[in-house]
Amino acid sequence: MRKFSSDDIAARIARDIPAGSTVNLGIGQPTRVANHLPTDCDVILHSENGLLGMGPAPPKGEEDRDLINAGKFPVTQVTGASFFHSADSFAMMRGGHLDVCVLGAFQVSEHGDLANWFTGEPGAIPGVGGAMDLAIGAKRIFVMMDHVTRDGRPKLVASCAYPLTAPRCVSRVYTDLAVIDVTPQGFRARELCEGLSLADLQAATGAPIAAPA
Amino acid sequence: MSAARADGRLDKIVANVEDAVADVKDGATIMVGGFGDVGVPFALIDALLAQGARDLTIVSNNAGSGDTGVAKLLKRERVRKIICSFPKTAGSTVFEELYRAGRIELELTPQGTLAERMRAAGAGIGAFFTPTGAGTLLAAGKETRMLEGREQVLEYPIHADVALIRADRADRWGNLVYRKTARNFGPVMASAAKTTIVEVREIVALGALDPEAIITPGVFVQRVVETG
Repeated sequence: MRKFSSDDIAARIARDIPAGSTVNLGIGQPTRVANHLPTDCDVILHSENGLLGMGPAPPKGEEDRDLINAGKFPVTQVTGASFFHSADSFAMMRGGHLDVCVLGAFQVSEHGDLANWFTGEPGAIPGVGGAMDLAIGAKRIFVMMDHVTRDGRPKLVASCAYPLTAPRCVSRVYTDLAVIDVTPQGFRARELCEGLSLADLQAATGAPIAAPA
Repeated sequence: MSAARADGRLDKIVANVEDAVADVKDGATIMVGGFGDVGVPFALIDALLAQGARDLTIVSNNAGSGDTGVAKLLKRERVRKIICSFPKTAGSTVFEELYRAGRIELELTPQGTLAERMRAAGAGIGAFFTPTGAGTLLAAGKETRMLEGREQVLEYPIHADVALIRADRADRWGNLVYRKTARNFGPVMASAAKTTIVEVREIVALGALDPEAIITPGVFVQRVVETG
């Protein structure tokens, strides 16, 4: 079996983002999607801290201290970029103005429930940031994550054990094993990595998963 | 405090950060601008620390990193409660220690709801319903209603006694322009506080800011101080 690498997954997600879209890429792995977006069409990246038209990281030594992304790393602005305050930035999310948001997750349920902000473990410090606003606001929520936890437990589940970010919001999940749609009937595989059978995928998934249509 | 000078001219310029925060009272609710370290009014925070006000409620997106900014106020135990969306920025150890020891109250609010609660306060809105947080821990105990086909959560405005923010340039009427992503919470905080105090890189002559490009009109600002 040849699992999808992080770059394979990021490139696969980038292929599902139509030209002209406005997109928010969540903190962590989803930021890799930016490296795979086509350069011959416009896809506008939104950053929750008040930027539309976010560009890649600047060369070392050319960072602007007033220009960062949601992960607090230095970024650049593309031609056509705009700046705005936080209430406007979240109006863009909540108001349904973003076409796609790509987020990481602890768990996704077969109903599309998303858990990605808090483990709820004793002593853990809760921090939600913009996760809930993104989850309820973007027109389509894509999740990019490993298929199972480090100790091998499924992250695609019948019901999330972790506190929810938002119920019924995820439309598609991209993992190192497969691309999976969340449908009204539950999970349905779209693509499997090379050498993986549907039975193998089912064994690594915590809820029934249907064969590709 | 009227900002009109003896000659009748409106002048919100304050000579230094010490004077700017001199009248902040113990127990005040204080909004502090910034996202991560960008747009944080570091000079005003240092002045507030020296001024000595305590038992504060801080409203800010983050809880500071290392021991700078808001973390400095936390470390010196000036803060009773923090209302924020994301207190656990890398290096936010001061908050974590206080929180685990039960020595600070945390009101966790989704970032968009935090911004909108400030906007509502500034705009005279008594409350609003938002879909953000519906069906999650952060809606526990809150009134919800089905509106436009989805569950929405009732949220209330956040008013502040004081807002401390940073902008790029100001004039003596308190008109402000910001720089890039340092704008973040500045404009909504300015509208939501009784006294908005702004540190700026540069104070310019009245008329030097393009009226079409002013982001925060001076009506929302009480004091400006040039800190470079």
